Amino acid sequence: MIVANRKPFEEIVEMVKPYHKVLLLGCNECVTVCATGGSKEVAVLASELRLYREKEGQPIEITEHTLERNCDPEYVESLRPMVGNYDAVMSMACGCGIQFVGEHYRDMRVLPAVNTTFDGVTEEQGVWAERCLGCGNCILDKTLGICPVTRCAKSLFNGPCGGSTGGKCEVNKDTPCGWQLIVDRLKEMNLMEKYMEIQPLKDWSTSHGGGPRKRVREDLKL
Amino acid sequence: MNYPTNVKIVKMPCTGRVDIIHVMKAFENGADGVYLAGCLEGECHFLRGNLRAKKRVGHLKELLEECGIGGERVAMYNLSSAQGQRFAEIAREMTEKIRALGPSPIKKHGAELRAQSVTSGEQRAQCAE
Repeated sequence: MIVANRKPFEEIVEMVKPYHKVLLLGCNECVTVCATGGSKEVAVLASELRLYREKEGQPIEITEHTLERNCDPEYVESLRPMVGNYDAVMSMACGCGIQFVGEHYRDMRVLPAVNTTFDGVTEEQGVWAERCLGCGNCILDKTLGICPVTRCAKSLFNGPCGGSTGGKCEVNKDTPCGWQLIVDRLKEMNLMEKYMEIQPLKDWSTSHGGGPRKRVREDLKL
Repeated sequence: MNYPTNVKIVKMPCTGRVDIIHVMKAFENGADGVYLAGCLEGECHFLRGNLRAKKRVGHLKELLEECGIGGERVAMYNLSSAQGQRFAEIAREMTEKIRALGPSPIKKHGAELRAQSVTSGEQRAQCAE
């Protein structure tokens, strides 16, 4: 899922400073899973903001509302009857959701309460880690399910760099070397001969490097 | 066994049932301080509920500090249900600590913040009336 973290409180406070009536929006999908922007986190942030603004002598009225998803028009449209009642919308959804709400309500200020970071998995409760950056050309078959684009800090395609020490990446001693993980897996599966297959230069045009991407299924369009 | 009258007790089956928002709401409703009194570590009836509570209190301290209420206004205590004297002692200790800190900063402007948890459902109901 998409993983995000809540912005520092000072930043959030600064963003809502001019407003007295705010709709605080959450999302029931990815940001709920990473405990950043679900209904619980919306309730807590709303509470913090009320307390802070009351203390400052500038009370704020906050309505808490969580959508199933913020990235599908049916859900975002459901806000239409209520959105006009607010000075601004602050969203705890991922960057996709924040933008989509802004696109649907063009005369409404939409503010981000979170920093969207990566696409990842839950390694254990409370720990989320990056796995995919959406390069658009998956080679997980060649690396036995371990991605060199994300798990290697340099996105190398043909083995580790000289900085790989004791199975750890030189960027951070707690980060496993992606290529160490791949080689260990190849050995485990008796497929070390795959390691000798040289991967050609990656064509990054399928990634964001080629510009914002879009996918269309003509057969599904109404 | 006497303890200060300003301590309002909210009974929970386990301190592990206490969620972040419960404590935040207490402060929104005008509490000057909140403490959780859970079982001794290692003796939680539900095994680790009091350990979850301890971590939540740690997180709460950060949240209350950042929104200006003050992390010292929330605390975690551990005691056995047989320790009546310790219960009273904790109540007195927390009361003294909060007295020294003074009333909650939201009372500065002379008005308590009424709990404003207006969800969209409640708002629609209000509009419909």
